[in-house]
Amino acid sequence: MTAVGTRLPRAEDPRLLRGRGRFGDDFSAPGQLHARIVRSPAAHGLIRELDVTQARKAPGVAAVVTADDLPRNLVIPVRLAVAGVDLSPFLQPVLARDTVRYVGEPLAVVAGDDPYACEDAAELVEIDIAGQPAVLDATREQPHHTAAELTRGYGDTGAAFAAAAHVVRIELAVGRHSGVPLEPRCLLAVPGPARGELSIFGMTKVPVWNRDLLADMLGVDETLIRVHAIDAGGGFGVRGEFYPEDFLVPWLATHLGRPVKWAEDRAEHLMAVNHSRQQHHRVAAAFDADGRILGLTDDIVQDNGAYCRTHGVAVAELTAAMLPGPYRVPAYQGRIRVVLTNKTPCGTYRAPGRFEGTAAREHLLDVAATRLGIDPVLLRERNLLTRSEMPHERPLRTLGTDMILDTGDYPALLAAAVREAGRLGYRARAGEPGKPRGFGLAMFVEKSGLGPQETADVTVSRSGAVHVYSGGTSVGQGIETVLAQIAADALGVDPGAVRVIAGDTAGQPFGAGSWASRSTVVGGSAVHQAATAVRQRAVQLAARILEAAEGDLEVAGGSVCVRGDPQTRITLAGIARAAAPASGYLEPGEPAGLSARRRFEVSHMTYPYGVHAAVVEVDTGTGRVRVLRYLVAYEVGRAINPMLVEGQLRGGVAQGIGGALLEEFGYDEAGQPQATTFIEYRLPTAAEIPPVDVLLSQDAPAPGNPLGVMGAGEGGVSAAGAAVANAVRDALGLPGSVGRLPLTPARVCALAALARATGGDA
Amino acid sequence: MKDMHAISVTVNGRAHELVVEARRTLADMLRHDLGYTGTHLGCEHGICGACTVIVDGQPVRACLVFGVQADGAEVRTVEGLADGERLSDLQQAFSDHHALQCGFCTPGFLMLTEAYLAENAALAESPAELTEAEARELVAANLCRCTGYQGIVEAVLATARARQKPAGP
Repeated sequence: MTAVGTRLPRAEDPRLLRGRGRFGDDFSAPGQLHARIVRSPAAHGLIRELDVTQARKAPGVAAVVTADDLPRNLVIPVRLAVAGVDLSPFLQPVLARDTVRYVGEPLAVVAGDDPYACEDAAELVEIDIAGQPAVLDATREQPHHTAAELTRGYGDTGAAFAAAAHVVRIELAVGRHSGVPLEPRCLLAVPGPARGELSIFGMTKVPVWNRDLLADMLGVDETLIRVHAIDAGGGFGVRGEFYPEDFLVPWLATHLGRPVKWAEDRAEHLMAVNHSRQQHHRVAAAFDADGRILGLTDDIVQDNGAYCRTHGVAVAELTAAMLPGPYRVPAYQGRIRVVLTNKTPCGTYRAPGRFEGTAAREHLLDVAATRLGIDPVLLRERNLLTRSEMPHERPLRTLGTDMILDTGDYPALLAAAVREAGRLGYRARAGEPGKPRGFGLAMFVEKSGLGPQETADVTVSRSGAVHVYSGGTSVGQGIETVLAQIAADALGVDPGAVRVIAGDTAGQPFGAGSWASRSTVVGGSAVHQAATAVRQRAVQLAARILEAAEGDLEVAGGSVCVRGDPQTRITLAGIARAAAPASGYLEPGEPAGLSARRRFEVSHMTYPYGVHAAVVEVDTGTGRVRVLRYLVAYEVGRAINPMLVEGQLRGGVAQGIGGALLEEFGYDEAGQPQATTFIEYRLPTAAEIPPVDVLLSQDAPAPGNPLGVMGAGEGGVSAAGAAVANAVRDALGLPGSVGRLPLTPARVCALAALARATGGDA
Repeated sequence: MKDMHAISVTVNGRAHELVVEARRTLADMLRHDLGYTGTHLGCEHGICGACTVIVDGQPVRACLVFGVQADGAEVRTVEGLADGERLSDLQQAFSDHHALQCGFCTPGFLMLTEAYLAENAALAESPAELTEAEARELVAANLCRCTGYQGIVEAVLATARARQKPAGP
C-alpha cells in the first residue's frame, strides 16, 4: 500500500512531452472527407433562402447538407434532466430549418476532399435571413423568453427578514465565460464494413451517453458504434457534450460511406461551444444583532442563450441549491429564472453555479461585515456549520440527490487558511500611491463524486500487466495516473505495471464519464473494488497452484506467496496463465481469465470545501487589477496524488482569475459576438497569474467511498470570483458591491470614481 | 487552380521533399503532409503559441507561416527534443514540476523555451542567471488553460539553471 498518497510522476507525461499524444486532429483515415459547418451570420431571423447550388459545384465538394436533407425534427435532448422541468420546446435542432437564434448556429455542412477547399465552398452558400430584433438582456422582464423558473429553499424567510436586526442586500452580475480548452473540438467518424458500424474519435467526457444517443438518432444498435479513448486538450465541462456536430459528422460518414473529419477553428469554438456563467443575482441576508444569519434569499436571472442544451437547467439548479454554502442558514429561498436570449447557448463550465453563487454570497458577507462593523473573518466564523453539526442534511435537492453535507470541520479550515495567509504576509499593506492594495477572502462548499454509478474492469494479462478499463475519460486531469495508483495498491503491484484505458466504449461499455469532479471518487472506487476482486481471485487460484490454504497467502510485489515462505510463490503473470481457458486449474463452470468487473454505486455526493484568499493591487488610474498573492486551502478527504490535486487547484485558480478580471463574451446591440479570437477573449497568461499557495487538508475523509476521497477538479475555481471581488472592494474601500464581474479596467475605473465620491480609501 | 510549389525542408535533421499549395500553413504541412502531429493548433491566429516550432534557430508560430516559406530551412519540432527514449532535460523538468496537464499546449512551451535557452547559451558572454520574472515574461508569450503556469515557470527556471552550471568539476 504505497502508491496512493505519493507524488507519483504522471503516466501521461512521456507521450505528451514527446509529441506522441493522440489528440482529435491527429487521427486520420484513408479516403476521409473534411467537414465545414456553415453558421448563421445573424442573431435572430427567419431563413428566407439557403442556396447551396454554387457550393455543391465547388471543386472537391462531395456533399452540402441542409436541414432539408436530414430527418425531420432532430433535436438534441437534455442529459441532465431536472424533475418537473420540461424543456422540449427549447431544444436545439441539429441544423436550423426556419429560424436562426444566435450567431454561429449551424445552417449547413459542407463535406469535401480538402479542408481549405471546404472553407472556400462554405463561403459560396448564399444565406438570406430576414432579421428580427435580438433579445440580449435577460434581466429585462420578458416572461415568454423564460425557459424555466426554479425555486429551492426551506424555512420561513419572510419571518426571518421581519425579525432581523440587519438586512443587507446586494446585486452582483457574473459575465459570460466558457471553459475554452486549448484544443478546439474535433471529430472523426469512420464507417466500418457492417451496416451502421462506426468508429468515433473525439467524443470525450461522456462517451457512452453520446454513443447511445447517437445510436438512437441514427437508428442503429449502440454496440455498432465504438467511441475510442484519445487524448483531449482540456475539457472543463464544455468539451464532449453532445453538440449538433456530434450528429452531423457521423451522419455524413454513414450516408457518404466515407470517413468524415471535422476540426473546428477557434472562432467557431468561441461562438459554438457552450458558454456559461452569465447570471444576475439579487442576494440578501437577514442577521441578528450579533451577525448571525437568520435568513438568506437570492433572486437570480440566468442568461441561457438561444437554446437549452444537454445540461438543461442543471447550472441554474446547482446555483440555487448550493447557494447557502458552508453556513448555518435557518431559512433560505432561492429563485432562478432561466431566460433565453439570442446568444450562444449555455451549459456547464467547471464549478457551474458555484463560481457564480459563491461570488454572490461571499461578496454579500463582506458588504455585510462592513455594514455590521464586524471583521469579515469573524462574521464567517460565527455562521459556519461546526464539526458537531456534521453530517448536515439540508432540505434541498440537486442533480437528483438529497443534499447531505457529509463531513468536515469548516471553522478549522478557515482558521488554518487565515493563519497561513498571515504567515505568508498577505495582510501587509504596502501599496504605492494610486495603487491601493486589498485583501479578500471567500469560503465555499463544493460538490463531487456524483453517482449513481461507475463501472471498472480490471484484467491481468499473460505478461502480468494490469489493465484498467474505466468509464472516466482522460481530459488532462491525470486520470490514468490516479487510477493506476489506486489499482496498484489494491492489487499489490507497482503502478508502472498498470495500464489505464479511460473512455473506450468497447473497453468499458457502462462508463458514466468524467465530469462533476467524479472520476477519482466514483471511478476510483470502482477501480478499487474491481482490483480488490482480482486480488481475491488471484489468491484463490494461487492456493490451488501452490497447494496452500488461501489464508496462508499474501500478495506483494506482483506475486502471491506463502506467508513466511517467500520462495513458495507465483507471479500474477503465472496466475493469469493458469487462468487461461484450457487450464487445469479452472474448476468446471468457472470463467477463464484473471479479471473482474465491479460497479460502485452511490446515492449521495461528497462535499469538499475550501477557502480562497487574494491580495490585489488596483491601479486607480488605469483600472488594472494585479493579483499579487493567492492562497487556496482545500479539504480533499484523501489525496491519491497530492501533486495532481495541487495542479488542479492552481489551474482552477487561473481560470477563476480569468473570469474575475479578464474573460467575457460581449455582444453588440445586433447580437454579433464581440469575442471571436484570443485577442478579444482574454485568457490569462503567466503575466496575470501569480504563484498560488496551496494548503491541502486531508482531515475529513469522505465517509461514502472506500478510499475516503473527495473530488478536486473544481475547488480552484469556485471562490475565485468572490475572493478577487472582495479584495478589489477592500482595496478601493467601497461601501457596497463591485456590481459585476469581470472587473475590467473600465469597470474598476468607475468603481474607483465611486469610491472617491463616497469617501473611500482610494 | 491550386498554386503548388515543390520545396525541400529539413525537420529534426531529416530531409523532406514535397509539393505544397502556396496557402498551406507550415503547421498543416508539418502535421498532415509530414506527420509531425506533435505541433498543435490552438487558435490559428498567432496568439496561443501551441504551434511554436524552431525555424533556423528562431521560435516561430507555425500557424502564421506558410509551408513554402520553410523551403530550404531547418525546422525543429517537439518530436526532435528527446534523445531516443530519453527525455531532454527540459522535457524531464516539465514532468518533474507538473508543468503539463492536458499536454496540448506543451509542445509550444517546450519549443519556445528551447529556442530561448539555446539562444542564450550561444551568447559570447555568459548570460546572467534567469530570474523568475524573466521566465514568466518568456512563457507569457504562450497560453496554457490547465496549469496556471506555476509548474511551467519552475521547469523553465530549473532547466536554465542546470544548463548554466559549468560542466564537470
